[in-house]
Order: sequence, then structure tokens, then C-alpha cells
Amino acid sequence: MYGGGYTGEPEKNQPQAQDDPVLLAEFEAKIDRGEKIEPRDWMPADYRKQLIRMIEQHAHSEIIGALPEGTFITRAPGFKRKMALMAKVQDEIGHGQMLYSAAETLGKTREQMFNDLLSGKSKYSNVFNYPAITWADVTVIGFLIDAAAIVNQVINSKGSYGPYCRALERICYEEAFHLKQGHDAFVALAAGSPMQRQMAQESLNRWWEPIMHFFGPSDKMSVHSERLMRWKVKLASNDDMRQQFLNTYVPKIWELGMTLPDPNLKKNAETKQWEFTEPNWDTFFKVINGDGPCNKERLAVRKWAEEKGRWVRQALINPKEKYTLPYA
Amino acid sequence: MSNPEYYNAVKELLYKMADDELIMGHRNSEWTGIGPVLEEDIAFGSMAQDKVGHAYNFYQLLHEMGEADPDIIAFQREEKKFKCCHLVELPIGEYDFSLVRHFLFDHAEYLRFEMLSNSTFEPLANLAKKYKGEIKYHVFHANTWIKQLMNGSEESKARIQPSFNELFATAYSIFEPGPFEDTLAREGVFAGETVLQSKWEETVSSICSANGIILAQVNDKSLAYGGRKGYHTEYLSPLLNEMTEVLRSEPGAIW
Repeated sequence: MYGGGYTGEPEKNQPQAQDDPVLLAEFEAKIDRGEKIEPRDWMPADYRKQLIRMIEQHAHSEIIGALPEGTFITRAPGFKRKMALMAKVQDEIGHGQMLYSAAETLGKTREQMFNDLLSGKSKYSNVFNYPAITWADVTVIGFLIDAAAIVNQVINSKGSYGPYCRALERICYEEAFHLKQGHDAFVALAAGSPMQRQMAQESLNRWWEPIMHFFGPSDKMSVHSERLMRWKVKLASNDDMRQQFLNTYVPKIWELGMTLPDPNLKKNAETKQWEFTEPNWDTFFKVINGDGPCNKERLAVRKWAEEKGRWVRQALINPKEKYTLPYA
Repeated sequence: MSNPEYYNAVKELLYKMADDELIMGHRNSEWTGIGPVLEEDIAFGSMAQDKVGHAYNFYQLLHEMGEADPDIIAFQREEKKFKCCHLVELPIGEYDFSLVRHFLFDHAEYLRFEMLSNSTFEPLANLAKKYKGEIKYHVFHANTWIKQLMNGSEESKARIQPSFNELFATAYSIFEPGPFEDTLAREGVFAGETVLQSKWEETVSSICSANGIILAQVNDKSLAYGGRKGYHTEYLSPLLNEMTEVLRSEPGAIW
């Protein structure tokens, strides 16, 4: 998964750091030539800041995203699903680990990132503030949330920061399998007994709004940073990504005879754009600001893990060793 | 295979090994998302996958010997039919508890596979040879962490020792003899739990003493027996209920 979901706009109204114009011009020329920026290269302070924020929140989304599905590892129906889900969720934790390392190359330690997650300063994908109530939710997450994340991650893997792009390429490769297992498990329900179909339908109905929220508010509502686009930190608009997702996955849902809870959802034959009822963005902002069904629970679990595991981490500290930033 | 006693003896052995692996794998998987460091989430997740995979293949072997399909054996048997030992049933507790259990269990597992690599029952010998190579890394993982934590902080030392005190006697539940020990030994299938137990005692005590861990004298090694006969701790039943919750919601459905 999981990452890449919209986690809020960059902080605004903050003074932009004054960068050396010569270095800045060289930096931008390098990006224009399609070259990657590497950890030891000079970079503008705001570029570093935005990337840390983005990669860190992506990493948080991976480890928090493991929680709703993780609760079903012990309940997965049968060997095939159990083995697949164990491997899948483990992959997600591995993605988190890779991404924290990528963010560390920019100068923030994993510990600082964890602290900011727990204090609420740093966000994660909003979609994980909703609960996985039934097995069908696990299949919808594996199918559609992973699919949405892939749209986002494939785009971001073409970005300008080397370590992040390389991590994303590996992640996308694994995600492709996650999507297959999610789709396969979802199809099993859609082709199953009336009870299983109903379970899948109810799950789609529950998850549709969070999925529509996934890529963030409409471009009409959110202001883009032209600079972040030029620096290849942000590569596609929220609406473009949402369109791409709808275009690929709505037909896959419909072809299974399942419905989506939006009577206005249709592809406009002329514009080739999907039309839909605007999801409730007040709900979205309420949830992202901490008032969703599972925000407290998610952070409570992470806090538990941090607190219960502290003695283990402390026992590993060797006072003779000095922390160095990773360079890959 | 024409001798029914031989046949039953092999099945008995496979059932208890498979059940141990399934339940241990299930417990290991509970660490996903909550480990003390991400790397440990991942490690316990890997071991869980190996173990559940081993269980599946042992059940598959049983299926080839005329037993039900692996999914039916694993997810539709009543608790009393399970033959896992008490050690694997216990809840994960805190990290020190899970680590020490993993250390005690996997050393036995490794030695068991080493013994079974020479089994006259060829399908089992083949699996054992393969799994020995996997469990080698589980044991390596356990040894590394025991060593690290016994050489870490005062707190880590103060946590590992009590977990050994709590678990060591229960670990003998692994070696509860079955009704066919003589047949298995005579036929060259498996030299038996007593042999395995003494190998394990030797390995475990040497690693523990090298790391300053004191192992209590266990006077009655049969205290935690029962699992191999279908008598379990109070923790198995809720585990099985949870494991089969989705399956039971629509019996006969394909998931």
C-alpha cells in the first residue's frame, strides 16, 4: 500500500528559505535534465523539508495501514488467504522501513519521525482512520486502497529525489502483487454466496467515501505549489490521480455486478472525464484532524508498541557508536 | 504402509508437528504491526509465514495418507483433536516472553528436523531437510537477540531471566511422549522424544550458560503434558475460535 494518500497541504504562510541563486539554478537545471537529486547533493531548504514531510507521512501510512488488515491475519479464512495476508502486511511494514530510511537520508531520524507521528504533528493517510469490520473490508483495502496507492506511487516514482524513487520502484513492484491478492479475494466474495456478496457490497458502500477522499480535495479547493511541481516533488494533481483511478477501477467493480453508492457516477463520453457526487470534504477534514472513527485507536496501538518496546531499543544502544545518516 | 500401526504412528507424529507449527505461526503473526522495532515485526512475520507454510505441507502429507484436506484439518477440527503442546498455545505476552518461547521452541524444532532428515519415511525426511535450512535462521535470530539483550541494559537482563523462569518447565511439553514412540524408533522414522529432549537440553543449557542465564532445575518434566493427548491450556480454544471466525460465518463457502 498504502501511502501517497493525501495527508494535507504543505504548510503555508511560512517564510521561504533564501537559497543561493546560483546553486538553486544548478539544482533546477539538473531536475530539468531528468537527473536525480542524491542525499549529498545541494538542495533548497524547502525541497528538503517538503520531501521529509512527504516520505515520512508515506512511511507512517505503511505502518498504520498495516493495522486494520493486520487484525484479520489471525482470522483470515483458510490457508491461502492467511498466507497471502501475512506476507502482504509484512511487506507493508517492510515498505515503512524502507521509506523511513529514505527519509533519514534527508536528516531526520526514525525516532524523531515516530515521535511526530505519536504527537499528531505528522499525519498518515486518512483512509486508515476507518475500521476493517468484516473480512470484506480486508479485500476492499487490498483491492481498491492498494490500487489507489499504486496510482499515486507510480507517479511519485518519477520524482526527482533518488532514494525515494528507488524505494518506490521496489514498492510498486510488490504492490502489484498486493493488488492481485486483494482483487482475487474480492472476486471470491463477489462470486460467492448471497451472504458473501452482500458482505462485499456493504463494504464497498462503507469504503467508497474514504476512497474518494484518498487523493485529497479537488484542485478547485486546494492551491498548488507551482514550485513543488517544478521540483518534481508533486507530479500530478489530486483530480488527475482520482480520474486515473476511477477510469481503471470503476469498470472492474461494475463488471462484477457490484454497485457504488453514487448515482451520479458516470464517465462523460465527450469529456472522457468521470463525473461524480463531490464527497463530503467537511467529513474529510474532520477525520484528518483527528476526529475519525479510528484515529485514537491507531495512535494508541502505535503508542503501546513504542512504550512496550522501548526497553528493547534501549538495550541495543551502544554508547560507543555514533548515529550516522544513511546515504542511499 | 501396509502395517496399520506404522501408519498410525507416522500420522500421530505429523499431526503434532503440524499443529505445533500452525499455532506457533499464528502466535508469531500476532506481532505484525506492534513489534519493538520494525525489523522485529518483519522477522516475526517471516517466521510466522515459514511455520504456517510448514504446517500446511505436513497437513498435505496427512491428506495424501488419507486424512481430510489441509483446510479442513486445520480449520474445522475440534479443539480436543489438536495435538499441539502447551508451550505454543500461550499468548504472546511481552517481547521478552515471545522471544524466550521462540528460542526454546525453535531449538527443539531445529533438532527435530535434523533427526528427521534421516527418517526412513522419505516424504517426511525430504521436508525435514528443507525445513532444517529455514529453521536454522529462526534459531540464529533467537540466539542473536538473546545474546544482545543479555549483554544490553540492566532492564533487558532483568526481563529475559524471568521469562526463562516462567517458560522453561512448560517447554518440556514439547517432548511429551506419544503412544507410538517404540514403533517410530524401531522403524527408523524418528528416534523419539526422549532422544530429542536430551539433545535440546544440551544445546539450550550451553547457550544459556554462555549468556549468563540460569535454568531452573525442573523436577517434574511432565507438568505441562497433555497437549499431545488433546488436553489444552485455556488459551487454545479462544485462538481457534478467532482463527475460524470468518470461515464459520458461512460454512461451506469458498473464500
